[in-house]
Amino acid sequence: MKNQEAPQGEALREKVLAGYPAKLAKKRAPQLVVNHTHADGQVPPVKANVRTTPGIITQRGCCYAGCKGVVLGPTRDIVNLVHGPIGCSFYAWLTRRNQTRPPTAQDENFMTYCFSTDMQDENIVFGGEKKLRAAVQEAYDLFHPKAIGIFSTCPVGLIGDDVHAVAKEMKEKLGINIFGFSCEGYKGVSQSAGHHIANNQLFKHVIGLDDQAPEGKFKITMLGEYNIGGDAFVLEELLARCGFTLVATLSGNSTINQFERAHTADLNVVMCHRSINYVADMIEKKYGVPWFKVNFIGAKSTAKSLRKMAAFFDDAELAARVEQVIAEELAKVEAVAARIKPRCTGKTAMLFVGGSRAHHYQDLFAEIGMKTIAAGYEFAHRDDYEGRRVLSSITVDADSRNIEELEVEKDPKRYRKILSDEKRQKLASVNFEFNDYQGMMPQMDDETLVIDDINEQDTQRLLELCKPDIFCAGIKEKYSVQKHGIPCKQLHSYDYGGPYAGFQGAINFYQEIDRLINTRIWSFIEPPWEVAASPTLEATYERG
Amino acid sequence: MNPVTPAIEPRLEATRNACKLCTPLGACLVFRGIRGAMPFLHGSQGCATYIRRYVISHFREPMDIASSNFSEGTAVFGGGENLTRGLDNVIRQYHPELIGIATTCLSETIGEDVPGMLRAYATARAGSPDLPALVHVSTASYRGTHMHGFHDAVRATVAALACQGATLPRQINLLPGLVSPADLRHLREIVAAFGLQAVVLPDYADTLDGPAWDDYQALPDGGTSCSEIATMGQSLATVQFGRALALTAESAADRLQATCAVPACKLGLPIGLRETDALFDCLARLSRQAPPEPFVKERGRLVDAYVDGHKYLAGKRAVLYGEEDLVVGLAAFLTETGIVPVLAASGGKSGVLRQTLTEAAPETASKTQVVDDADFVQIEAAAKALQPDLVIGHSKGAKLARALDIPLVRAGFPIHDRFGGQRLHHLGYRGTQELYDRIVNALLEKTQTESDIGYSYM
Repeated sequence: MKNQEAPQGEALREKVLAGYPAKLAKKRAPQLVVNHTHADGQVPPVKANVRTTPGIITQRGCCYAGCKGVVLGPTRDIVNLVHGPIGCSFYAWLTRRNQTRPPTAQDENFMTYCFSTDMQDENIVFGGEKKLRAAVQEAYDLFHPKAIGIFSTCPVGLIGDDVHAVAKEMKEKLGINIFGFSCEGYKGVSQSAGHHIANNQLFKHVIGLDDQAPEGKFKITMLGEYNIGGDAFVLEELLARCGFTLVATLSGNSTINQFERAHTADLNVVMCHRSINYVADMIEKKYGVPWFKVNFIGAKSTAKSLRKMAAFFDDAELAARVEQVIAEELAKVEAVAARIKPRCTGKTAMLFVGGSRAHHYQDLFAEIGMKTIAAGYEFAHRDDYEGRRVLSSITVDADSRNIEELEVEKDPKRYRKILSDEKRQKLASVNFEFNDYQGMMPQMDDETLVIDDINEQDTQRLLELCKPDIFCAGIKEKYSVQKHGIPCKQLHSYDYGGPYAGFQGAINFYQEIDRLINTRIWSFIEPPWEVAASPTLEATYERG
Repeated sequence: MNPVTPAIEPRLEATRNACKLCTPLGACLVFRGIRGAMPFLHGSQGCATYIRRYVISHFREPMDIASSNFSEGTAVFGGGENLTRGLDNVIRQYHPELIGIATTCLSETIGEDVPGMLRAYATARAGSPDLPALVHVSTASYRGTHMHGFHDAVRATVAALACQGATLPRQINLLPGLVSPADLRHLREIVAAFGLQAVVLPDYADTLDGPAWDDYQALPDGGTSCSEIATMGQSLATVQFGRALALTAESAADRLQATCAVPACKLGLPIGLRETDALFDCLARLSRQAPPEPFVKERGRLVDAYVDGHKYLAGKRAVLYGEEDLVVGLAAFLTETGIVPVLAASGGKSGVLRQTLTEAAPETASKTQVVDDADFVQIEAAAKALQPDLVIGHSKGAKLARALDIPLVRAGFPIHDRFGGQRLHHLGYRGTQELYDRIVNALLEKTQTESDIGYSYM
C-alpha cells in the first residue's frame, strides 16, 4: 500500500506542478516550496495570502465566515445578527460545533440561535437598513442582551447599507453595546480578512470598557484559542491548576465581559498567531500588556509554554506548581505514548489546514514517532510560514489593502508599564522571546514540501504520489481523501471529537490517530474476485 | 383532551433559526446529478465553500464546486474576466461535459449579464472539442429557497439541452425533486420493472453515494448524461413529483410540454399508499403494463404493516416541517396511518401549502395548522401548544424535539446529526414501509425508555 518510490523534495514539487497547464503552473509555483532551513534560521519564501485563481477549487472560505463563524462564533452572550440573504446565516449556524459552558442554566447563551434579516428582493432594491433596524429592535425586545453584533454579507456593501450607522443609532436608542462588521464575503482572499475585521471591531468597541480586573495572581489573557472540541475547557482547567488567573480568552468559551476587561491582564499568550497577532500588538501598544507565542497542542509544547509563562512571572511558588502539574501530567501522557508509539512510528502525515493548526499538530505527530512530509495553510500569511522576521518584507496587495489597519496610541489612563526595561533585558539574555513567532517551516525537516492554499487537484496528486498514512484537513477534503483508502482527520472540527489541547488532549489525539491509521477497513476494499491469483477462484476452477 | 389551535406567532422582520437553505445550494445539487458536470458559482468563493461543506455533511461524499472568486475590485468592475478564467481553468483541469453556472447574491446584486457572457464565451471557443455544455441558472438567495434553485436548475438544464424528435415510446422523463440517493435508486428500479427507460434529472444516486475509488475520479462516476438529457424532448411523458411545484412555477415538465409536446404527469411526492398508487397507476398507463408483482406484494406488506402498527399510531400527533412538497407528501402518508399531522410548516412561501395539503391529506387537513414562510422559533412555539407526540423532518428540528421531549424521526435534507441520511428511503411502497417502521419504533423506544418496569415486549 505504502508507496516506497514516493518522490521527495524538488522532484515531488515538480510532479505536483506538472498537473497544471503551463501558465497556471508558473503562477502557482511560488506557493509550492521545498523546505530548507539555513544555519541562520532563514527559510525559502512562500507566496501566501494571495487570491485563489478563479476555477481552482480551494479550501478557503470567505471574510464573513472568518468574522462571524470563527472569531465571534464562540462567544455566548452577544446576539449575532446576520444582515443578508438567508444562506450565509444558515451555513454558519453552529457548524463549527462551538462549545461553551455558561456557569448556570440562567446565564445567557445565544450560540444555538441563528438570527438573520433574511433579505428579500425588495431589500436589495430599496435598501435593507429599515429591516436591519427592526431586527435589532426585535433582538433587543426578545433577549435584552448585553450586546448585539451585526454582520454584513456580500449584498450589503454593494447596495450601500450602512450597518455602522444603524449600529450607532440603535446603540444610542437601546443603551446596550451594538457594533457592526463590514465583513462582506468578497473582501480579502480568505477568512483571514474576516478574523482581522472581527478583531479590529472588538478592539475598537469592546476591549478596554471594563477596568475591573478579576481577582487572583498571575493574570493572563489567551488570544487565538477557539474552543474547538472543548480545547478551551481543558486549558482553563490546566491554567487554574498551575495557578494562573485567566482574565479572558479570545474567543473560546468567552463572554463579552471577558473581552471588555481583557486589557487588565499582565500577559497575553498567543495560540493562533495568524488570526490574532495584531490584537496582541495593539493591546501592548495601547495598554502595555506584553505578549508571546505559546502552543498548547502537544504535550512537550504545552510543558514548554507553561514553563515560559511561569518564568515571565518569576515566582518560585508558581514555578513549583507548574513543575508539579507538568510532572503529574507527563507521566500519564508518556504511558499512553509508550503504548501507541510503536504502532505509529515511521508513518507519514500531511497537514493542510488553518492558519496555525498545520504547524501545531506536527508536534503531536512527532510525539508518536510520525513524520510530517508535507504541510501548508489554508489562509495564513508569509510570517506564519517563515516567521515574523519577514514581516517588513511582505508586499501588500489590493486585497490586503482593503482590510483596515487600526492606528493605535497609548491609552493615557489605562497604559501600564508591566514589564520593566531591566526585566525585559534580563529575560532577553536567556533567549526569552517576546512578540515573536518562528513560523512553521523552521520546525519542519529539510526537503519536506510546503504548499500554500492547497486545492483539490494538488491534494489528489499528493495523495497518489506519496500515499501518506494520514492526511489532515477539513470536511470538504475528508471524503475524497478517504476514497483513496487514506484516513483523513479533520482539524477544523476534530470530526466532532477532541479535545486535543493540553496534556489530556495529547492523550486523546494519540489514541485517535492510532485508531485511524491502524484500522483494518482498508484491507477489505478489494473484493476477493478482483485480487490476482485468488486462491478461492483457482480452487473453484480446479473442481469444475 | 383536545388542545386548542394556537395562533401562529407573528413573523418578525428577522428570521430566527431558518427552515430553508439558499437557492444556489439547490442548483449545485442538480448539477452534481449530471454525468461529467461541474457545478460553478459565479460570485464569491465563500458560497462554494459553505455549500460544499453543507452538502458533504449530509452525503459524506466529495462535492466539488468551482467559483469565479470575485474580489472587491471584481464586485465593482464586473466579473466577466473572472468567469472566463474560471471556466477556462475548470475545463483544463476537469474536462467536464457540462458546467452548471449558478449565480450568487454578489453577481446578482451587481446585475451581471451571465447569459450574455456565456454566449460570448462559447462563441469565442466555438469548434473547440473541449467546450462543454454551459447551463446557466439565476440563483439569488434573496429570491426563494434552495428548492427554487433546485427546480430552476432542472428547468434551465432541460431548456438548454433537450431537443425535439421522434418519440421514444419506452422512455419517460422522471423529475423527482430533492430526494435521497437511495430513493433515486429505488425509483429507477420501479421504472425499469415496468419495462420503461427513465431519464432521471437530477440523478446523484452514484455521484453523491458512491463506492471507494480504484482510481482518482476528477468528476465522480454516475449521473444522467448530456446526451440522455438531449432526448428528454422525445420521451413518452414527463413524470414530475411535487404538488406545490405543480401549482406554482413554470417547471421543467411544463417546459418540455410547451416546447417538445411531451405530456406532463404531475404527481405528489410518492410517500404513502395513495401517492405511490398514483405513481404506479401512471407508470402502468404509460407502459401499458400492470404493476409488477414484487411491487404489488410490497404494497400488500405495507397495508399489512399499517394494520399491525395501527394500535401504536392511531391518534398520535405529528409536527412536520421542511420543503413544502416533502411536508405535503409526509402528511398524505401519515393521514393513512392514523397519525394526525397537527402542524405542517415550511420555510417556503409558495402560498399553496394549505391547498395542496387539503388535496393530499383531505381526512386530516382541517386539523392541520399550516405555517408557511416559517422559522423554527415559530414552529417551536406553535408545536408546544399542540402537544405533539413526534416530529418528522431534517436535523434542524433536533432542538425542537428536545424542547418538547418527543422523538425526531429524521427525513429529508440536511441530516448531519445521524449517519446514513443519504441512504434513507422515503419513496414508493418500500420507502414508505421503512419510514413507517422508523416512526413506530421511535414511539416504541420512547415508551420503553420511559417505562419504570423495563418491558422487552412492546
